[in-house]
Amino acid sequence: MRGPAVSNGVALGLLAAVSLAAWGIDAALPPYLGALFLLIGINAILAVSLNLVNGVAGQFSLGHAGFMALGAYTAAWLSTGPLAALFNTGPLEAQAGLACTVCAGALVAGLAGWLVGLPSLRLKGDYLAIVTLGFGEIIRVGLLNSEALGGARGFIGIPPAGGAAWIFGLLALACLACHRVMESSSGRALLSVRENETAAEALGVDTTRCKVGAFAASAAWAGVAGALFAHQESFIYPGSFDFMKSVEIVVMVVLGGMGSMSGALLAAAILTALPEALRPLKELTGVDLRMVLYSLALVLLMIFRPGGLLGRGELWTGAWARRWIDGKRQGGGT
Amino acid sequence: MATFIQNLINGVSLGSIYALIALGYTLVYGILRLINFAHGDLFMLAAYAALGACAALGLGDAVSAGLPVSSWGAFALVLALSMAAAAAAGWLVERLAYRPLRGQPRLNLLITAVGVSLLLENGAQAVFGASPRRVPALIVDAPAFSVAGAQVSVLDLAVLGCALALLLALDVWVHRTRMGRAMRAVSHSHETAALLGIPVDRVISITFAVGSALAAAAAVLYGAKYPKVDPLMGVMPGIKAFVAAVLGGIGNLRGAVLGAMILGLAETLVAAYGASSWRDALAFGLLILILLFKPSGLLGSHQREKV
Repeated sequence: MRGPAVSNGVALGLLAAVSLAAWGIDAALPPYLGALFLLIGINAILAVSLNLVNGVAGQFSLGHAGFMALGAYTAAWLSTGPLAALFNTGPLEAQAGLACTVCAGALVAGLAGWLVGLPSLRLKGDYLAIVTLGFGEIIRVGLLNSEALGGARGFIGIPPAGGAAWIFGLLALACLACHRVMESSSGRALLSVRENETAAEALGVDTTRCKVGAFAASAAWAGVAGALFAHQESFIYPGSFDFMKSVEIVVMVVLGGMGSMSGALLAAAILTALPEALRPLKELTGVDLRMVLYSLALVLLMIFRPGGLLGRGELWTGAWARRWIDGKRQGGGT
Repeated sequence: MATFIQNLINGVSLGSIYALIALGYTLVYGILRLINFAHGDLFMLAAYAALGACAALGLGDAVSAGLPVSSWGAFALVLALSMAAAAAAGWLVERLAYRPLRGQPRLNLLITAVGVSLLLENGAQAVFGASPRRVPALIVDAPAFSVAGAQVSVLDLAVLGCALALLLALDVWVHRTRMGRAMRAVSHSHETAALLGIPVDRVISITFAVGSALAAAAAVLYGAKYPKVDPLMGVMPGIKAFVAAVLGGIGNLRGAVLGAMILGLAETLVAAYGASSWRDALAFGLLILILLFKPSGLLGSHQREKV
């Protein structure tokens, strides 16, 4: 679990390097693959943030897409309303505008996560899953019924902004933040909550605070991903953030190995690229087998390899090969 | 006043369909501590089974076939076939997906249940196509009698009668038979039940089969009321029945029926008096409120978790 400590300077350098590299890769790719590359980045942010709740803290949330929706709609509303002037002036101002909308998206989603988490994290396991599912659906139904935000027709005309440097820079930041948390005492407390909540409580861990904190942080990052998504697609509608999207993110976390950040990254890349690779199959059979394969993969994973691809290990700890073998025996979660 | 009573009748009719589905959730939860996410999709499969049975038996609309009265015999036959098919499907799901995970963390079981649910939904979409199909109306819907100006239809009576008969049968089965006693024992403790010589795995399989058969009955009644079948039709009734089960206290059979009635009435009244587009959010809102303030439900008992 313990990785090398990352100092502030190294962290900054890493962020810059990742952003630059992503920008370069994106520029070199043809447009279609470039768009896929950006989508991988956005999904990776979602997977890494959900991993904090589902993997590290062992709480099963099924409403991540709802928080993403909040971030996306916040960004959409700000960039076409109060901040529209910024996006229309020039490229530099647009960057500043994007920074504002991303922060606002994170803030709104994080606040919502905190509000949702405060009462519902008293619940455990399947009850928590249902309540988060419920909140996710309520957010979606609310958006569907709000005419000011486009309702079922969707929100059009969001100014395009962002790109690879932003998406992957923020992804790197999310990973660093998670890594830092994991190496801190709060991260240890979260792990203790996952392993045995009652025992953690007995040892003086404020379990509610831990869980709600993780949940709010995770929701905020989902908001960031949502805001980036809104500016990337420049069109959003409530259907993009339905239960299926939540499940997709959960599958990424489970496939990667619950609690493994590099696993979440890997799985996000695989699961975003795979449907595109399977496109010929869809044309051949005429039916969309993507979700069939997702769900089948979920069931088979739980039966044959509950630890996911990497178990709880990380690619960079070097011991992942051993974890790979452990993962075959070890179950994830509680 | 007449409209209000009409809404009450509709609510009770909807509630009794929810009750049949909710019982499946509560039975399985009682015995495995698992929310069987796939239960709503077994409901959907049962509706397709009923459709298949109609096609195989050459049954069409009672009216267009020239039958003067409703074909009750055909309805009963389709009901029985659909229940048998769903029982087999439920048994199979338990055998293939849930049994290999016995003794593993509950989170894994939960993820599997979500996976099975999605697999059934998307599998059905791939096999049957996504477009809805019409269910032949085997019962001709006509007003049977009126109460204070409100019509009680033949269909409402059929739904209520079927549901009541099945609920009573289930109650007798659980409380008066050897298998029912074995089931209650297993739900208390798998280990102790096994020590007493109860074949735990078989009891669990039978519980799944019975729960699925009840969902099938609900599906046939639902199809008679809303004659449309599609691969995602089980999602909303499934979730609502689950809410009903939690409202009544999950694991408690009578609670499930009570919760279903409350939900059916609440939903019909909300839809009738204004906020119909928020109808689906009502169930979730209700669920969240119950879980926050009384997680054990109306009739359930609270269990303290220990290390």
